[in-house]
Amino acid sequence: MRDRALAQMTLAWMRGFYREPEAIFWVFGFPIVLAFALGIAFKNRGPGELRIGVLHGGADSAIARVLDTSPALAAGVLDSAPALNQLRTGRIALLVVPGNPIVYRYDSTRTESRLARLEVDDALQRDRGRADPAQVRDDRVTEPGSRYIDFLIPGLLGMNLMGSGLWGVGFSVVQARTKGLLKRFLATPMRKSEYLLSYMLSRLVFLLLEVGALIGFGWWIFDVGVHGSFTALGLCTLVGAFSFAGLGLLVASRAKTVEAVSGLMNLVMLPMWILSGTFFSYARFPEAMQPYVRALPLTALNDALRGVMVDGASLAGVATPLGVVGAWGAVSFLVAVKIFRWR
Amino acid sequence: MSEAERPPAIRCAGLVKRYGDVTAVSGLDLTVRAGECFGLLGPNGAGKTTTIEILEGLTPADAGEVQVLGRHWGGGAADRLLRQRLGIQLQETKLPEKLSVEETIRLFASFYPEPQTVETVLDLVELGEKRKAWYSKLSGGQKQRLAVACALVNRPELLFLDEPTTGLDPQSRRQLWEVIAVFRAAGNTVLLTTHYMEEAERLCDRVAIMDHGKVIALGSPRELIASLGAEHVVEFTLADGAPVTVLEPVLRDLPGVGAVRVTDGTIALTATALHVTLPALTGLLERRGHALASLTTHHASLEDVFVALTGRRIRDA
Repeated sequence: MRDRALAQMTLAWMRGFYREPEAIFWVFGFPIVLAFALGIAFKNRGPGELRIGVLHGGADSAIARVLDTSPALAAGVLDSAPALNQLRTGRIALLVVPGNPIVYRYDSTRTESRLARLEVDDALQRDRGRADPAQVRDDRVTEPGSRYIDFLIPGLLGMNLMGSGLWGVGFSVVQARTKGLLKRFLATPMRKSEYLLSYMLSRLVFLLLEVGALIGFGWWIFDVGVHGSFTALGLCTLVGAFSFAGLGLLVASRAKTVEAVSGLMNLVMLPMWILSGTFFSYARFPEAMQPYVRALPLTALNDALRGVMVDGASLAGVATPLGVVGAWGAVSFLVAVKIFRWR
Repeated sequence: MSEAERPPAIRCAGLVKRYGDVTAVSGLDLTVRAGECFGLLGPNGAGKTTTIEILEGLTPADAGEVQVLGRHWGGGAADRLLRQRLGIQLQETKLPEKLSVEETIRLFASFYPEPQTVETVLDLVELGEKRKAWYSKLSGGQKQRLAVACALVNRPELLFLDEPTTGLDPQSRRQLWEVIAVFRAAGNTVLLTTHYMEEAERLCDRVAIMDHGKVIALGSPRELIASLGAEHVVEFTLADGAPVTVLEPVLRDLPGVGAVRVTDGTIALTATALHVTLPALTGLLERRGHALASLTTHHASLEDVFVALTGRRIRDA
């Protein structure tokens, strides 16, 4: 009968969670929306197409046609007023004034414009018969694994495990306490250890869905693969989920109101949102801060996840950060059990 | 076993509970016999809930001794065995909002080694039609019946009900009384708190009237009412607001009148026979030139017992 109580409590917390539409969005929808938006914004487009204006008059259409054949350029013929206006506002990177000599009008402090000057000149000179003495070949680095999105997805996964662990556990623990449900449970022969464990377990069932949704999305839309083994990834997320569930339990162990626990949770999460290298590498922080930053559970989890997903590391390869994550979870849980407010 | 031979379901002596400067329970002695329905009656703040929660082993007492079904609360495995025999409904439990009736009962059933089936419990509290409904979608009466269902799921011998019908409409209240009656018919014991006189008179074999953390009267509702010395209560107010103190001794001498009490301009008489007292009263007032503003009579109730003991009404005490 004992395992049945554990199962029923776990089920109860799960149901309470997935029957709350807002919770579903924050756990499943939000990270995907975020990954999508950031993935689009930071998509590696290569140099992209530079917009070039050709001033009306002379051999304008011939020049525009030559420029258009270059894959890096998009040219259009413009009258002088709109041409100058577009150049000033940056909608065209460079203005070509036909004549002899041909004049390039551009802002040399803009990287894009200087690039445009090289591309335009190259296209025009070749068209006029310039031959290149050296043979060259381009080798563009765009393969999956080295893009921003490849860095981002494991970070979002870590951040999501933190958020849903803390909110999922902390919120419902405090709610059960403030609404008298905990007291009602204590009036039954329930085991306290099972009560606490059921919260941890309820998190794990969502884990598969949560992780699956984000990894699946990254793979489908951005071709973000998992270079290490799925077993290693699974174990990393498992340890991460357990750890943050334990931290959630700790944060909620004394709180008497939902407001208090919300404040505490933001206090715990805020430094990690900034420091733990979810959106940008934590290497940007000063050297003196590094040991502290690396000791944070989210930093360690992100390191482990990136190790497996991006670098294809084995479990042994991410043992150190994974150990840090696990230690946070174990210590949090033990302290939470000690100081838990049952009444 | 006859009821007299069975050991008491609950016995407590010298219970004290303080919250800071406030003494919620102040030296309370109580014995609840096996098989009876016992009511703790009193105004809000009388210490009813604190008392019942001490007996339930949920709140530790500062002093005193508690015995429930022959056992003491001491923590550990023995407590869990005792809890298997108790059914508890707390005054303010919000069950999980997004669990259905069925799921909630199943959840509570999982805590016990030999629970009743979900079907049986649903039938017992007549919530079969609502089995799929979420707790948050239930009416007040249905929520309360579900709370009682959770308390009954383990076939308890002793049921604690803390203000089970507070805030319910009359129909929901009667439905719950029915559930309690069925439970008692099987020889089980009930301890309930209430501030509804009618509920106590209707359900309880014995009641303890509580005020300021103490029992101020104990007995069957009939005995307590009989202690007033009269079956009826006549209440009236005078139109001219005449000084009633002058009237008091005269009223006491009217035929059939027991006690006379004046509260806020309302004069209350206890009377053994209305047909004797009422004509005499109206005659007296007429002779003295007083006009009546209102006059009501009712059967003496536990409310009147409380008023007689404390000078206050239970509702506004």
